[in-house]
Amino acid sequence: MNVALSIARKDLQIEWRTRMLLARVVPFALLVMVLFAVALDSEPLVLRAAAGLVWLAMLFSTMLVVQRAFDIETADAAIDTLLACAVHPARVFFGKALALFVQLFALVVVLVTAAIVLYGVTVSGSRVVLLVTVVISATSGLALVGTLYGAVVANMNGRDSLLPLLALPVLAPLLIGASRATEAAFGSQTIDMANGWAWVGLLGVYGIVFGAAGSAAFSPLTESDS
Amino acid sequence: MASDTTIHLSNAVVALGGFPALAGVTFGVGRGELVALRGANGTGKSTLLRLCAGLVPLTRGAAVVAGVDLLVNRVAVRPHVGLLGHRNGLYGDLTAKQNVQFVADLVGATASDVSSALERLGIDQRVASTQASLLSAGQRRRTALAALVVRRAQLWLLDEPHAGLDAAARRELDVILRDATASGATVLYTTHEIDQVVGTPRTITLDGGCVASDVASTIGSAP
Repeated sequence: MNVALSIARKDLQIEWRTRMLLARVVPFALLVMVLFAVALDSEPLVLRAAAGLVWLAMLFSTMLVVQRAFDIETADAAIDTLLACAVHPARVFFGKALALFVQLFALVVVLVTAAIVLYGVTVSGSRVVLLVTVVISATSGLALVGTLYGAVVANMNGRDSLLPLLALPVLAPLLIGASRATEAAFGSQTIDMANGWAWVGLLGVYGIVFGAAGSAAFSPLTESDS
Repeated sequence: MASDTTIHLSNAVVALGGFPALAGVTFGVGRGELVALRGANGTGKSTLLRLCAGLVPLTRGAAVVAGVDLLVNRVAVRPHVGLLGHRNGLYGDLTAKQNVQFVADLVGATASDVSSALERLGIDQRVASTQASLLSAGQRRRTALAALVVRRAQLWLLDEPHAGLDAAARRELDVILRDATASGATVLYTTHEIDQVVGTPRTITLDGGCVASDVASTIGSAP
């Protein structure tokens, strides 16, 4: 576990130095949210769609963060250093996923705040607990799937376009689950709290499945035959 | 195969994308030996190092490195091996010291190991705290070598380790390699510079993915 933490710390040190999240990803995500609101051009419609818009912006932004997370490994063949140090691939997987989780968690906090300020959604009482749980479980799923698919495309040509093509369809269930549960947390009339918690359950199962799949598949994905 | 043999290759074949990068290599390297691997570009030197590091699979033949049969489990050899490839394997956004510290964390080396490795490679405080992407080619190479030193590997595999180093750093590197072999490590490094081979006890030359010659040096002293 110490090795996974070292890998996560290394990724976060790099993020802290480059400020990529702050300088590029956060402005991009906020821009997406503003453009969605402009395109819908209806306050009730924006209010109703707010949860989905937050998670759509998260999905698009996740692609940027994942690409960056694997660019740093391939730029100077640093991934070879990891492999040659005989680090267990599952530890690399969870270390990189943890660093992604921290970055994406910071991003979703910004986006939920933006939804409150820009769209006028309200969260109060027990809905806050649901919202926090949704954010943690959905962000975990995003980080795990992002790490898995980041490794899939890491050594491919045209990986910038391949990553969203491969990962977004897989992330569709997470988008649905996170949006519906967040809708409940935002106090939507169309879904109640009990249903919201049911969707959180689905997000939990989704995270467990991709955590297990990622830790098992990471070795063959990172091992080179050339 | 003798127990003091670190590398034993017998008709080793490595095919990369169907092309035989190594086409039947046979040689052995004993524990504590310092061996130069020569050859023109594309003769299989780097592939040979990556094979010994367990990073590419053996297609045919036999290869036992540090007691590990690469045909059975090539990953198991990695804890025993330190590889410095063509590229330095550094994170450009981390400082030189953070890069070395990261490798130390992976292999369980201590902070004092990091300090002594940096000192050994002549990386002063100013360079150590500079982002790797801002360092000169030679300074980056030294940083990668410092990361290798903290690993305390049984077998050192170095791909063009002298490339980008100034004369003083080359001499210092030679001293480090000599010290490593004196303490029992085995060193196999590639070069295509003839003057670098002078002073190395043994030189293996590759041509077309095969061993063209394997001679003990009679010129000069140890590096």
